[in-house]
Amino acid sequence: MSALRTAPPPVTAERSSATWRLIKAESTLCVRDKVGPLWGIGFPLILLIVLGSVSDLREPVADAGGLTYFDLYVPVLILFNLAILATASLPTTLAGYRENGVLRRMRTTPVGPARVLAAQLVANFVIAVVAMVLFIAVAGLGFGVGLPKHLPGFALAWLLAAAALLAIGLLITALAPGRGAATAIGTVLFFPMMFFAGLWVPISQMPPLLRNIAHYTPLGAGMGAFQDAYLGHFPSAVPLLTLAAYAVACAFVAVRWFRWE
Amino acid sequence: MPPVIEVRNLHKRYDDKIAVDDVSLTVQAGEIFGILGPNGAGKTTTVECIEGLRVPDRGEIRVLGLDPLHDRAELTRRLGVQLQAGHLPDRLQVAEALELYSSFYPEPADWRALLDGLGLTDKAKTRYAKLSGGQKQRLSIALALIGSPKVAILDELTTGLDPQARRDTWDLIEGVRSRGVTIVLVTHFMEEAERLCDRLALIDAGRVVMVDTPTGLTERARIEQRIQFRPSRPMDDHLLTSLPDVSSVTRRGELVIVTGNDNALNAVTGVLARNQIVAERLRVEQASLEDAFVRLTGRRPEPGHR
Ligand SMILES: Nc1ncnc2c1ncn2[C@@H]1O[C@H](COP(=O)(O)OP(=O)(O)OP(=O)(O)O)[C@@H](O)[C@H]1O
Ligand SMILES: [Mg+2]
Repeated sequence: MSALRTAPPPVTAERSSATWRLIKAESTLCVRDKVGPLWGIGFPLILLIVLGSVSDLREPVADAGGLTYFDLYVPVLILFNLAILATASLPTTLAGYRENGVLRRMRTTPVGPARVLAAQLVANFVIAVVAMVLFIAVAGLGFGVGLPKHLPGFALAWLLAAAALLAIGLLITALAPGRGAATAIGTVLFFPMMFFAGLWVPISQMPPLLRNIAHYTPLGAGMGAFQDAYLGHFPSAVPLLTLAAYAVACAFVAVRWFRWE
Repeated sequence: MPPVIEVRNLHKRYDDKIAVDDVSLTVQAGEIFGILGPNGAGKTTTVECIEGLRVPDRGEIRVLGLDPLHDRAELTRRLGVQLQAGHLPDRLQVAEALELYSSFYPEPADWRALLDGLGLTDKAKTRYAKLSGGQKQRLSIALALIGSPKVAILDELTTGLDPQARRDTWDLIEGVRSRGVTIVLVTHFMEEAERLCDRLALIDAGRVVMVDTPTGLTERARIEQRIQFRPSRPMDDHLLTSLPDVSSVTRRGELVIVTGNDNALNAVTGVLARNQIVAERLRVEQASLEDAFVRLTGRRPEPGHR
């Protein structure tokens, strides 16, 4: 009788192809969703080009090791991209999946809902890599901003920043009761985080109290590490550890408290 | 042969609402097993416990010999599920969804054939959010069958489908069954239950009222015949009420409505003939499964009734 299967199915091959297809599907969906590409890449890219054309921004910033205002905007916009993905794109999509029963439907398949989460993370990560490379290339080729002088240090700082921000996105998803709440929490978090990255005022120009706070915010720490790498040093321990701590703590809480339904 | 699905004394409550009080069921290999019952009877909760989506408070469940909670990986490969409220990402296209889901299973069915069988071929490139309710429903049926399951649990198979699509879906399900797939069908449509199901469980208020074939269920409800006609000339009700097989006579305008047991029709036509009355526009209503359903769930089972 066909109801009684004898040979176990070839699990591994199927699994890897399922994972790959999920990543493909989630990436396609991210692009169709437009939040990531438009607000995460398009908007900061235009900002970069506009700011690059303002000659006043080519003045060196005091206490920034000789970097100009525009030089500082390149890492700020790289962080802007991560912040959009973490506070708008990822939590809204995943909380929507939960609300609409997408994750529940996945629970009835051999693949399970955790891999949808993973595929979403990968899709957002890919968008972030594309954005980072694109911003650095446009700033370099278009406006003569040099590469970070300490490339491995920059790469490490970026990876830690991406991990911290995606973990924050997961945390928002885990804690928000629904899609609307996830969007609201994301928006409320976005502006202070970007403030402390120095979007409006460079960190070195902030009053001491704000500057001290900034160093311990995820984007402020990211900015500190990026700045070190741009100036040619391996980023100092405090910002790197701060980023790592955000990544680990947020991911832990998110995984611990994640609700699938 | 061991049963494909075995549920024993299932009990499940949400906070203070008992959704499933005491349900026991056995589904045999190759049959289409229907679950009928009024809204809120606990049908969805029961099948979701069988699927391993909900954790029962008490009771034992085996599907293909597997425990739905502990043997999830194995069970999900062999069980196809259509959820009452299932969803996909809004921007995912129909063909993409089918291709994606078919990659989840070790021996997937041909998704193009499924698409065709469910009349969705011209919607292959349409996004989920742009589908009509019935089209979403059809896609959800396709996804339940995509993994070539040994057992399929379909919650409200044809709710929201137009009559033609409903009939096409029935054909599809009969085709699936003829390949040896065991099917559990939660339904509100008596016609569907009568046409597809080998056996039915009637669930009310979290309990199984009875399990029988569609015909058996109808017979056990002991519903009376209803005879309706227009007498060709005025007549006295007493002619009919005096018959032992007749239990009631009522009038609606010029129509006479008689209810009674299986012999009532013979008795009534006999009396009318003897009195030279012709029964015009004669209509006889046999008890349907729907009548049985109303009759059997209209009153609660007595306390202590198991
Ligand atoms: N998640 C839940 N939380 C609380 N109560 C629930 C939940 N799901 C269902 N119920 C309650 O449990 C009872 C049984 O629900 P269930 O969905 O199993 O009924 P059903 O027989 O499938 O009904 P329908 O025919 O309307 O689909 C209902 O009274 C319902 O209100
Ligand atoms: Mg239901």
